[in-house]
Amino acid sequence: MVERSGVLAGLLQGLERLGRGAGAKIWRLGFAARFFAYMLLHSGTALRRFHLTIREIYFAGVLSMVIILVSGLFVGMVLALQGYETLQRYGSSEALGVLVALSLVRELGPVIAGLLFASRAGSAITAEIGLMKATEQIAAMEMMAVDPIARVVAPRFWAGVISMPLLAGLFSAMGIFGGYLVGVKLIGVEEGAFWSQMQASVDVREDILNGVIKSLVFGVAVTWIAVFEGYDAPPTAEGVSGATTRTVVTSSLAILALDFVLTALMFTGGNGK
Amino acid sequence: MKRSTIDIWVGAFVAAGFAGLLFLALKVGNLASFSTAETYQVQAKFANIGGLKVRAPIKSAGVVVGRVSNVTFDNESYEAIVTFNVDAHYRFPRDTSAKILTSGLLGEQYVGLEAGGDGVMLKQGDRLRLTQSAVVLENLISQFLFNKAAENKVESKDGK
Amino acid sequence: MATAPIVEIDRVSFGYAAARPVLHGVSLRIEPGSVVGIMGQSGCGKTTLLRIIAGWLKAGGGSVRVLGEPVSTLDSKGIFALRRKMGMLFQFGALFTDMTVFDNVAFQMREHTDLPPDLISDLVMMKLEAVGLRGAAQMMPAELSGGMARRVALARAVALDPRLMLYDEPFTGLDPISLGVIARLIRTLNDSLGQTSIVVSHDVEECFSIVDYVYFVSAGKIVGEGTPDELRRSGEPFVSQFVRGEPDGPIPFHYPAPDYEADIDGGGALSSLLVAEAAGG
Repeated sequence: MVERSGVLAGLLQGLERLGRGAGAKIWRLGFAARFFAYMLLHSGTALRRFHLTIREIYFAGVLSMVIILVSGLFVGMVLALQGYETLQRYGSSEALGVLVALSLVRELGPVIAGLLFASRAGSAITAEIGLMKATEQIAAMEMMAVDPIARVVAPRFWAGVISMPLLAGLFSAMGIFGGYLVGVKLIGVEEGAFWSQMQASVDVREDILNGVIKSLVFGVAVTWIAVFEGYDAPPTAEGVSGATTRTVVTSSLAILALDFVLTALMFTGGNGK
Repeated sequence: MKRSTIDIWVGAFVAAGFAGLLFLALKVGNLASFSTAETYQVQAKFANIGGLKVRAPIKSAGVVVGRVSNVTFDNESYEAIVTFNVDAHYRFPRDTSAKILTSGLLGEQYVGLEAGGDGVMLKQGDRLRLTQSAVVLENLISQFLFNKAAENKVESKDGK
Repeated sequence: MATAPIVEIDRVSFGYAAARPVLHGVSLRIEPGSVVGIMGQSGCGKTTLLRIIAGWLKAGGGSVRVLGEPVSTLDSKGIFALRRKMGMLFQFGALFTDMTVFDNVAFQMREHTDLPPDLISDLVMMKLEAVGLRGAAQMMPAELSGGMARRVALARAVALDPRLMLYDEPFTGLDPISLGVIARLIRTLNDSLGQTSIVVSHDVEECFSIVDYVYFVSAGKIVGEGTPDELRRSGEPFVSQFVRGEPDGPIPFHYPAPDYEADIDGGGALSSLLVAEAAGG
């Protein structure tokens, strides 16, 4: 009897802790949403004085370009190798172009570019804002009657939203070029078939535009998470490092989950017709 | 770093990004192939269209001459009505026949046009009379099995 | 004095958590043109007091008037408007690390005014000249020494000629030369620009050398006030302990703890070891 009540108490305690944890998570989500709304409403400065945003595009976009281009090239080359291996068994190796292009444009381009963007640019944004907070730069700005969300956070957010689709486009284009190199130049798939089959099956609206929309959504999600974690980071060394890790983990999960939802919305409904 | 240097880099980045997207749209996608030319619309009825999809190519002698724009079901004849746009450059006689074909064994399905001998050419809104449905693999297999079974029956009867 | 005080705080209390008040019933007046020190131990509430004056924290009770405005009832727009008339020097300078010294000082001018670039350039150079760092205009904050960074931050804080300057521990972590330079700058800027300054510090000598009047804060209360000379002669136990830097006094050396013997003898590892040794011997 005594033991049972002990177990029960333990269980209740566990439930209570769970509830409190969930409550804290929901509270944080609400705070993040309010932060997002505030940031959108105070984006005037970032858009009016666009050089602030351009500077951040340099850090988020230009500096991510090398890793995006190199990864895109390799992913495309691997896709061509693996795809050829499978397709030639069914005697349809000329469909290699379709396989490479559709995988990249619909899925791999936005998703891998998003994941790379989260770990390359997202973490940098979080660390930068977190450190500005830890060294009282954010406080100093507030003290100078300048809203740090308008001046520091919003330009970084818009820079991320602008950079992400461009990076995903570069990734896909580079990947298709890599697939062309391996498929046509190395393996010797007929060049005309490679391109014409690709053009026949890749639809501009259905595939390419949807891919761009995906990357735009990922861009919003990753930069939102990055700026929020940075702004919300405890102003200590561990606080900033923890926030940086959380940015990469949370935004990677968000990308994969959103990708599933978007794919379900875009490609299952529209394609059946 | 100076502001002008950053501007140049960002400009190059944005230009490269748009070039990538443009490459996708023109070279990878089919934006260039269908938005430019004028087309005329033709309809055809099929008993079975198999897996034909909107935007599937219309080919004649292996050349892409147009694309499927719409597929609907006719409530009266219980047949599929396929509407397709043919490039205005390409002209076909009125008694042209349409077949639903498959590129390769597992490839995508397309509509093949075979020109007839009529002197009058097809025009906007015309309907093709002669059509041949898609080959549905399951039907083919079951047909084959039935035939085989029938043959066996005949053989066993003969042997008796 | 006939003129209205720059800062007037009346019976203000504040606590981050209800159970642990940081300030209770603090009242002070700061006259225009003066340099006032707020002194006390680390964690006594003096930085909190500064943040209440800056409108950072809302006072829990009592009234706070800064430059004639009731700070506790202003909305964020009002506080931002008020802060344009204030400057603050943070403990470690808090320079924007991604901008040059020049851009740091120009920051507020570019944010809040429409002055043409060459006029901003002239103003920035004047401010930097005042702190003796015109030659460092194109350097990045990371290249500066601690003392230089503090001087740049000072130039940045006075960029828009504020009427009220707040200094949060301006002397911390500086070598004696830089410390003397900063202290002199605080005084000369105050007098030449017609400001009023509040210096939060625990550095008795440097603070006493530049301030006109000092408030001593301990455990969230004002425990002594007066000019530096009065305080040096003060008989108030806390003030004399603080001014002379004595280890024991009203502020005990030991943090409150249970009885020492209870901690040592109460069945701790050490005592049981001793007992075991005694039994073995």
